[in-house]
This record gives sequence, structure tokens and C-alpha cells, in this order.
Amino acid sequence: MQLHNLTIREAHDMLATKKISSVELTQAMLKRAHDVDEKIKSYVTIADDVALEQAKQADDRIRKGERITPLTGIPFAVKDCISTRGVRTTCSSKILEDYIPQYNATVMDKLADAGAVLMGKNNMDEFGMGSSCENSAFFDTHNPWDLDRVPGGSSGGSAAAMAASLATFTLGEDTGGSVRMPAGFCNVTGIKPTYGRVSRYGLIALVSSFDCIGPMTRDVYDCATVLEAIAGHDENDSTTFNAPVPQYNKNLERSAKGMKIGIPKEYFVAGMEAGVESSIQEAIRTFEKLGMQIQEVSLPHTQYALPVYYLLLFAEASANLARFDGTRYGLSVAEKAKDVVDIYLNTRREGFGDEVKRRIMLGAYALSAGYYDAYYLKAQKVRSLIRADFETALASVDVLLAPTCPTTAFKLGEKTSDPLEMYLSDIYVVATNPAGVPALSVPCGFSNNMPVGMQLIGKHLDEKTLFQVGHAYQQETDWHKKLPSL
Amino acid sequence: MTQYEPVIGLEIHGELITNSKMFCGCSAAYSSAPEPNTYICPVCTALPGAMPVVNKKAVELATLVGLALNCSINEHNTFARKNYYYPDLPKGYQISQYELPIASTGHLDVLDNTESQQRITVRRVHIEEDTAKLAHEKNYALVDFNRAGVPLLEIVSEPDMHTVEAALSYATKVRAILRYLGVNSGDMEKGVLRFEANISVRPAGSSEFRTRTEIKNLNSFRALTRASAYEIERQIKVYESGGTITQETLGWDDVRGVTVSQRSKEEAHDYRYFPEPDLPPLQLDRTWIDSVKTQLPELPEAKTRRFIEKYELKPQEAGFLTSEKSLADYFESVISRSKSSPKIVNTWIAGEFMRYLNESGTDISAIPVQAGDFAQLIDMVTNKSLRGNAGKTVLAEMFKSGGKPADIVKEKNLAQVSDEGFILEAITKILNDNPKEVKEYLAGKESILQWMMGQVARATKGKADPNVAKDLLINGLEARRK
Repeated sequence: MQLHNLTIREAHDMLATKKISSVELTQAMLKRAHDVDEKIKSYVTIADDVALEQAKQADDRIRKGERITPLTGIPFAVKDCISTRGVRTTCSSKILEDYIPQYNATVMDKLADAGAVLMGKNNMDEFGMGSSCENSAFFDTHNPWDLDRVPGGSSGGSAAAMAASLATFTLGEDTGGSVRMPAGFCNVTGIKPTYGRVSRYGLIALVSSFDCIGPMTRDVYDCATVLEAIAGHDENDSTTFNAPVPQYNKNLERSAKGMKIGIPKEYFVAGMEAGVESSIQEAIRTFEKLGMQIQEVSLPHTQYALPVYYLLLFAEASANLARFDGTRYGLSVAEKAKDVVDIYLNTRREGFGDEVKRRIMLGAYALSAGYYDAYYLKAQKVRSLIRADFETALASVDVLLAPTCPTTAFKLGEKTSDPLEMYLSDIYVVATNPAGVPALSVPCGFSNNMPVGMQLIGKHLDEKTLFQVGHAYQQETDWHKKLPSL
Repeated sequence: MTQYEPVIGLEIHGELITNSKMFCGCSAAYSSAPEPNTYICPVCTALPGAMPVVNKKAVELATLVGLALNCSINEHNTFARKNYYYPDLPKGYQISQYELPIASTGHLDVLDNTESQQRITVRRVHIEEDTAKLAHEKNYALVDFNRAGVPLLEIVSEPDMHTVEAALSYATKVRAILRYLGVNSGDMEKGVLRFEANISVRPAGSSEFRTRTEIKNLNSFRALTRASAYEIERQIKVYESGGTITQETLGWDDVRGVTVSQRSKEEAHDYRYFPEPDLPPLQLDRTWIDSVKTQLPELPEAKTRRFIEKYELKPQEAGFLTSEKSLADYFESVISRSKSSPKIVNTWIAGEFMRYLNESGTDISAIPVQAGDFAQLIDMVTNKSLRGNAGKTVLAEMFKSGGKPADIVKEKNLAQVSDEGFILEAITKILNDNPKEVKEYLAGKESILQWMMGQVARATKGKADPNVAKDLLINGLEARRK
């Protein structure tokens, strides 16, 4: 077994029994990251010094037997929209290319407290705006299963780093599928937790009412381990739930027999790749074999999910990105500026990519006097219908099952010229964010040699059941164990 | 010529006195910050990823103000983003309240220029955050974020005022209430309170609303009064010359005494308000609101009424004493220690006391004149052991040194003398020394008497009881008629 392919659980066992040290593990991971990431380009920043320092501290803890958690000494990487004190945080945007946060996101403090070892920061679509990682201002990330294909987005770097074994776990961020979609494209397990389950403090906001930080891991067990470490109420984030965090791994081995899975009929329509559909059908048969009951359910407002999602995204993002004005941090294009408005215009013109500018303009428009009611307000109303859809459907079943994406990973450049086509690749993942419910993406097969993901969607704050069902599935299958040859 | 009636609405922006800022834990005491940009953190400088957390104390104070202005408190209220770009606004939006403010539909009764009572409707009270401070240099500007995020309250009236006096009276009253509640120092010079006036004029008797203009950033009562009066006149002149008023935002040029256009309607900001997604709606519990209610002190209006009834003061007198809580408290403190009537105590406080207080330039809490000592002084004058003028001298000394009145009287030898022998001696000398004046008096020029009283006061160093002196003087003069 090679160190870079270890799960968190396996690595933890070896660290706890002192078969390896965290420094050894971290060095091995860093070496691989430096060697292999030339091809993948999943890292924006590899923080060797920080990683080795934290690994040493973890080894100290282990040696002294102090506060060892399942994550002590485990190397991880995070999407580059999560603030890391002293480590450059770019959102893959030119406007933040040299920005070094003075403070840690709450999740980073929690992981540091658990003793996990930060290796670096992963590439993403600029500010999370994209579904392929091609909107990074720096470079494209390649899908480790086929270097000509995209890893998905926007947490493409974090998914590709996992698939290429360049970290033992990563943190992504899911605004409308940004964890699940690349997890599906790259054969990784990833969860978008319930909105408010994980603190957003220090997460550079895309859509404040959708954004969820979520782990990306080799299997469900690891996913549950990381979520437990980062979840919980945060006094710095008023939108977090003040509800206890369950010990997710305790319930994992419980049988899923007798549980009900709902299949949303609106998700199984024309446009799905044949190999994706057959993989999902195969997964359904596996669940039946596990003694679960399958029934059809309806999410009647599904067709509105995409427009509602994008409208609210544009609106909120237009305000969230207003702070990047070249006056305090990040890029500042002040030369030749006549006045402060010139600085704003020049900085934002040079600092933001096309997709970001497009969305800011659309958002400002949708919020404008005279249009607010027709766009923003109406979208909010439909949002509550979408939320009600999930509540109704999930009242009669334990989880919903759907493909993560209608296709497998597409080719680099294939959809860049058509933003609408790109938006459609998120069709199955976006609705859960306006609804706030949790969703877990699990590898479930291959189509034309590319990974297929399925998502399990659960009730509010019921990640526990998603993990239980997902884990049961991974006991029956070994899709999640398959690795790309690099 | 048409008679015009002004239509005035006021927005009052006041900082709330809290320890920390509205959405972060930084100190709100920006005016005493050691240096620029010392009371700052990721939240109030809008670092990427920072999130706001509501200051509970500010919500409590805002609730208190809402209740004091007779508003209904909205148990469910929400924050909103007000979007615009300016370097003093680090997030690119201000967190404010828009659709659902913390309090709405209240009222205040004020006096207009005819001294008749008028009810002004308070449309809403909402919470927001202050901006940073800019220091403009020649080719650049510096930003100090110490003030960024300090809690602000905005109190918006309906356009219910029809005279400048009514607007002034309303603004004064709101300030007094904020000070009574201890939520704002009312210190206009420090900018903790600022006004915005919406003004239009219409033919008297009409109920239409014509195009209004908005005068921003009025930071004194004087500016409010002058700017409003100017703008009313300006609009009347425009109508009289057949013109129309354009909707615009104006500034007040205090030096030239004119309003100047800042933005036309076309250039007006579209603030693109939408609900703040980083903050869940504020849910205020009925019992919590009731508990805040119990903190309400006696407010100016109730106190004025009580002073009129209990102390038999005139409305203006009571109104003056209750304009500041500290003054009203001081008055009552003196009353409780004095044997003199409230009328007399009021005369002293409204007169000499206020003169010395204003001269001292300090607050009542800082003066050395103890209420008990002041009461004693007033009683000494009332029972004639001290002449009125001497009493004033003593009070001045008390303001200076904080001494006891009896000690000062002794030290300065000011006690009033009714000893007829002593006074008679002085009078005899004056009559002997001034035969010409005596003659004139006896010839019927009675005003001489007043002059002679002055001479007596001078000769006795003001200690002679004037009633006794007057009797003796008249007797002495009449005696010389023979």
C-alpha cells in the first residue's frame, strides 16, 4: 500500500500505532504533489513549510499522547476560497492573486485544532463561478482519469487532487453542486452538508444563502469523519445551526435494510448519457439487494431550479463581490486613475474574469429598481416552492437518489463558448442548495471509462442517514476504490 | 401672491452608545481611539470571508428608542444590504434595515410657531452601521475604519411638519429623548447626531404633495433651521416665477447660507436593496420587548406634565427644565432640599444658574455646586439673610470653588444688614454730601430716589436691606423739606 493512497482511517491507524510519522506521510504526499501535479494542476499553492511544521506538531501530539483525533497528522488541501492565515487565498482570481489572509476560516481553526496538516490550496473556477474549473484565472485543472477532460467545478482542484492521490482529504465548497459534480466526475466521495451545518466564517462568499463547505474523500467513512470535525455552531456565523453534531461514524454500520429510497421522476428525462443511466439503475438494484425499498417520488418544481438558482446567485454574488475594489487588499490598478471610480473600474476590469463580470452585471440588473420584484423576489418565492418539494418528497422516504450529473466529464474547451450549456451540467445538483438539504455524491460506476457519480439527498440535518446509506453501498461495491493510472 | 405651506419630513441619524460595534466585537469608542485603524477587525474592514454578527445591546437600545417614540416594535424584522460604492464603505454595501425595520408607526407631540400642540408621525426606526472616516489629502484620501460599523439608528418622520419651528421642535425633542434614554450623547459637534430634511412647498390649504428636495448632512440645529428656511424660500421663489422644482439631493453650504445641488433624480443611487443573507431575521420575543419597556425612564413629555402640575410651573418653564434630564434631576434635587417655592427655585435655575453653567462650558454632572448648597443659598436670599445681588455673587463663587454658601458669605462679608443705625449713618452722609440732588428730589424729581438707593448700596457694600434703606432714605429726604 502506498502512503498517498491511504484513506484517513488507514493513515490514522498507522500514525496512532506509530508505524509512520506525520512528517513521513506529509513528505510523501508533498513529493507526490510536486511530481504529479505538473500534469493535473490541482494546486494553486503547495504550502510545504506550513505542512511540515504542522506535521511536526502533530507528531509531537502523537508522541505525547495528547488530544489525538482521527485527523491528527493527516495531510489535506482546501479549495482556494477558504481563508487560511498566512497562506495565499486567491479564489483563483487575479483580483486576489497575492492576497494572504490575516485570519483563519472557522473550519481551518477546527482542523488545526484536530491536528490535521494543511498541504495547500486547490484550484477552482474563479470565485466558484463555473462547472469545469476552466474559469480559473490561472490555469485549467485536468481530470486525472483523462487529462483531456475537465474535473468538473467549481471545486475541480479539490476533486482532482483527491482522485490523483495528492492529499488524504480535501475540503470543497458547494454553492450549487460544486462539491458533488466534480466528485462525480473524478470518482471521489463528497458531501454538501445541510446549509448552516458548517460555519462559513472565512469562506469567501459566492452566494451567502447557498454556500456550504464540504469534505471530499476516498470513501463515506472518511467523509463522515471530516464532517464531524468541521461541523457545528459558530458564533461568528449567525446562519449556523445551534444543534449538536452527531458522531456520524457510530451509525455507519447500522443496516440500511427497510429504509426507503425515493427516485425523483423529474430527474430521469431525456438528455442523460446512457452509461450514466445504466450505472444509476445498477445502483438501484444494489440498494434493493440491501433490502431497501425503492419508490418513485416527485419534485414538481424541478424545471425552475436552474433559473431560480442562477438568479439568486447573480444577485447575491453581485453584492458579495463588491468589496473587491482595489482599496484595501488584492489587486489595485491605481496608475493613471483620475479618481476613486477609475480605481474601481480599472481594478475590477483587470481583476475579474469574463464569467465573473457577466454574473455581477446580471445580478446588479436583477436587483435594480423596477426589476427586483420580477426577478429576485419571484425567484425567492419559487425557492420556497422548491424547498417544499424536497420536504414533501422526503416526508415519505429516507433519502432521494439521483445522478450527480447527466453526463460524465466533458472535454476541456467543449463548453467554454456556451455558458448556458455549461449551466445545464448542474441540472441535478443545483436544486438542493436553494432547498438547503444535504446531499452526498458517491462513485457508482463508469461510462466510457469515465467515472459516474450518484447523489443521495437527505432531510435537513440528516447527514447521518446519508452516510449510513452511502456506507452500506460502499460495502457492496468497490467503485470508490478505483484509481486512475497516472 | 399665493400663500405657501411648507411640507417637511425629517430623517435623524444617531449613533447608539454601545461598547462594541454593530456587527463585530471591536470597540465602538472610535473618538477615543489612540490612532486611526486600531479598532478594526476582518468584519469591519470587510476582509474576504468575514461575516456580521448582530450586537444585542444595539437591538435593545433601538427597541428602547422605538418604544419611547410610541412605535410598535416589529417582533420579526430583517436586515438588508444597501449597495453602493464608496471608499468609506468597505463591503460595498451597508447593512441596514429596509422592508421590515425594528420599529414603525409612532408619534411625538411638538409645538409649532403658534405654540399649538401638533402630532408628528414617526414612520420608522431602523438599525444600520456607520461608515469609515475619510481624510482628504491633496492627491489621495486616507481611510480610518475605527468608525466603520458603529451602530446607527435612523428615525424617519412622515412629512407632517409645516413650519421650520415645528421641525426644530421635533428634532430637539427627539434629541432630548435619545439623551434621556442614554442611547446617544446628543453631542452634535462630534457628529453623533445628523439630520436630513425633505422639503416641499404647496399652496396653503392644499393637501397635495409636490416634488420634494432632500437636504443631507445637517449637523446642527442651526444648520437645520437655516437650511430649511432657505430651501422653503427658494422653492416659493421658483414657483412664483413660474418654474418647477426638480427632485434632487442638496447639500447645505453653511458659509454662503445656501443649499447646493449634489445629485439629481437621474443621478440618484439605485441602492439595490435585498435581504442580508448573512443574518437570519431578528426575532424579538414579546416578553423580551416587555422587559425592555420596563427600562423606559420618565420621558420629557411626562416629566413636563408632572412639573406643571406638581410645581405649578408654566409650560415653558417646565419645558425648559425638562429639556435635559440632568437639569430636571438637578432641579428636583434642589427642590427637595429647599424651603423656597418651586417658582423661586426655577427662577434661580433658569436664570443665574444657567448663565454660570453655560459660561463654565461643562455638563451639570461636572459642576462643583452641590444641590444642597444651592438650596441653602436660595433659602438665604428668600429669608432675606442675603441680598439678591449678593446671592448671585455667592453662586458665582460656588461655581468657581465649590464652597459652602455660608462660608462664602462670611469670607466676603456679604451678609445683609437690617441694622437701622448702620444704614442711617450712611444715608445721613449721602444726604449731606449731595445737597443739589436733595433739592431736585424735593422739587419733585422722584427718579433721584433710585440714584440715591444706588449710593446707599455702594456705601454699604450692598449689605443694606433695600426695604429698610428705602424707608430710611425717604424719611431723611422728607425731613429736609422743612
